[in-house]
Amino acid sequence: MKGLSINNISMRFDLKNGSSVQALKDVSLDIDEGQIITVLGPSGCGKTTLLNIVAGFLAPTEGNVVLNEQVVQGPGAERGMVFQQGALFEWMNVQSNVAFGPRMKGMSKSEQGEKVKHLLEIVGLADFEDKAVYELSGGMQQRVALARCLANDPDVILMDEPLGALDALTREKMQGLVLKLWKETGKTIILITHSVEEAVLLGERLLVLAPRPGRIHKEYTLPFAEMGVNMDLREVKKADGYTKTRDEILSIIWEMEEEIMGRAEEN
Amino acid sequence: MAILIFYIIIFVAAFYVVKVATSFTKSQDDFTSLKTVTFGDESAVSPNRAASFISVIAVFAIWAAFTGSKLIPIHVPGPFIGELTFSYIAMNSSGETDDADVTITVYDVQSGDIPEKLDIDPGSGFAHNDTDQIITYRSGLIKVQNNDDGGKEKGYKVISVNGQEISPDTEIFIDNARIFMTRKGTLSVTPEKGWQMQPVWLPAPETVWSRLVKVGSEGYKNFTLLEHLGWSLIRVVVGFLAGAIIGIPLGYAMGLSGWFRGWFDPIVEFMRPVPPLALIPLVIIWFGIGEQGKIILLFLASLWIMTISARAGVSGVNIAKIHAAYSLGASKWQIMRLVIVPNSLPEIFTGARVSMGVCWGTVVAAELVAAQKGAGMMIINASKFQMTDLVIMGIVLIGVIGYAIDILMRISENYLVPWKGK
Repeated sequence: MKGLSINNISMRFDLKNGSSVQALKDVSLDIDEGQIITVLGPSGCGKTTLLNIVAGFLAPTEGNVVLNEQVVQGPGAERGMVFQQGALFEWMNVQSNVAFGPRMKGMSKSEQGEKVKHLLEIVGLADFEDKAVYELSGGMQQRVALARCLANDPDVILMDEPLGALDALTREKMQGLVLKLWKETGKTIILITHSVEEAVLLGERLLVLAPRPGRIHKEYTLPFAEMGVNMDLREVKKADGYTKTRDEILSIIWEMEEEIMGRAEEN
Repeated sequence: MAILIFYIIIFVAAFYVVKVATSFTKSQDDFTSLKTVTFGDESAVSPNRAASFISVIAVFAIWAAFTGSKLIPIHVPGPFIGELTFSYIAMNSSGETDDADVTITVYDVQSGDIPEKLDIDPGSGFAHNDTDQIITYRSGLIKVQNNDDGGKEKGYKVISVNGQEISPDTEIFIDNARIFMTRKGTLSVTPEKGWQMQPVWLPAPETVWSRLVKVGSEGYKNFTLLEHLGWSLIRVVVGFLAGAIIGIPLGYAMGLSGWFRGWFDPIVEFMRPVPPLALIPLVIIWFGIGEQGKIILLFLASLWIMTISARAGVSGVNIAKIHAAYSLGASKWQIMRLVIVPNSLPEIFTGARVSMGVCWGTVVAAELVAAQKGAGMMIINASKFQMTDLVIMGIVLIGVIGYAIDILMRISENYLVPWKGK
């Protein structure tokens, strides 16, 4: 069976003071190949922990992650990752950054070059191959990060707030790019975000996580990602149901945040 | 004190002169000039190059003016040179008084020509005229009583000089000299020393330059100048490289393995604050005063700095980079080679710059203690013979080389780790 399944994952770890934290509790999720899933939740709800478990950087205390019938044991090239920022290699130019994955696989130089050229065209950075990454703007750097991830041809792309550090306008453009790449490449994408709007726009499925312990609170199936592939995202925001969904999710998150605040005050 | 006042005067005067001079030229409308708030805005403060230029000139001008240099026409008053005359009145044991003249030739021993002793007429009366010679900056005892009739008798005394009364333990001032009467009644004459520095304290710039030319061509103490400086440099480079070759891998190991960090942390943290100079005695006891000891000292000076900078370079790697490399399929060795090492280079370069500076300081100090050759040996040896010009020349060369090392390190840093700080 193709696809990614997250089976009954729990994550708890001990703190130095003797108490322990339940970061995730009994999270299960099946994702079909080619789906784009966005994950929302108040801070501290275990979004990043979940992503790190799927990526293989953390081992869950219970449950497992299965990708294409293989149990995830550690990081691997079939699960690509895009970070918020600072994950590019400054000592390499754009070309070498994007070619990093293929180079690890032992691909020939000429093949690497072709692949890089093609990917940079897709992300809109043609002719930037020889630029140093620190010369690029934040948005361009994230385009390079996307291209580098795609160059490895992973089955699943994990995005940990990839657009979080960008300004609003650049962010909007990049959201369009993510949808375009999703449709063109047919990759499975899990995207974590703080922005309700981004989650609603980009997620075919949207998961809202609840904190303490981290668990799936609610799941939505949304039409906006599909619409956004062929339409300007500003038009999508005018579509039926967008505002209603967004406001509903916003109020859920608000409630959770207030509950956290309330608990903090009690303590 | 006079020098400091001169310096402040030049500083203030140059400020106003430059200010007036630049007020005539058209001001540029660059962004900084349009700022209304510049006091406290660090980015609005850029070094005034005219000030830098005048600053360097001022140092040399003051140096030249206070040493009587031939390079510039204006000097502060130098020591009195020439004939110094005064008359004195003596009283003999029977209460009679008589006067006589004293003529003193004050000459500069550095110039080489020693004046002939003057032939003078002894004059009439029991007090006879005297003559003597005094070297500039020195004082001389003028024993006028020696040739006076009855000068050895009890009761004879000099009672006035140039009409000013004088008694034991008092001093009077005449033109170009100070005269002090000792407790026993002898006149001690100190010719005017002027404001200039004695060559033994501070030689003129051209003396230092001619010493540089001389030592440059003839060498000093069996070694040429280049050999002295070259040996110091070689010691630094070898010591630094040895420290880097051991220190960098050690730092990496400490950054990557808990066992290594636990094992070496106490040693590194203890040795780091020990100044290398404090190790000199032990190094001499263990390894002697030869090359081996010096290189081991420099090795120890750079080792801890390089270890700590390599460790900081590894610890400073953004975990996202490591995660990214793993999820792109890199092996541990590839992550080491392609991520950890390049990521730590800026830190290592900073460490190398600090380390080279410390090594250069340490080698000079070590050579001051014991060496056959080297920049430090050259100046400590020269100081023992009061060759101040050579000492100053050595200090300037040591400074120039230290500065050159730092600039070289910075250039190579810009070239090799252009992403630093970005």
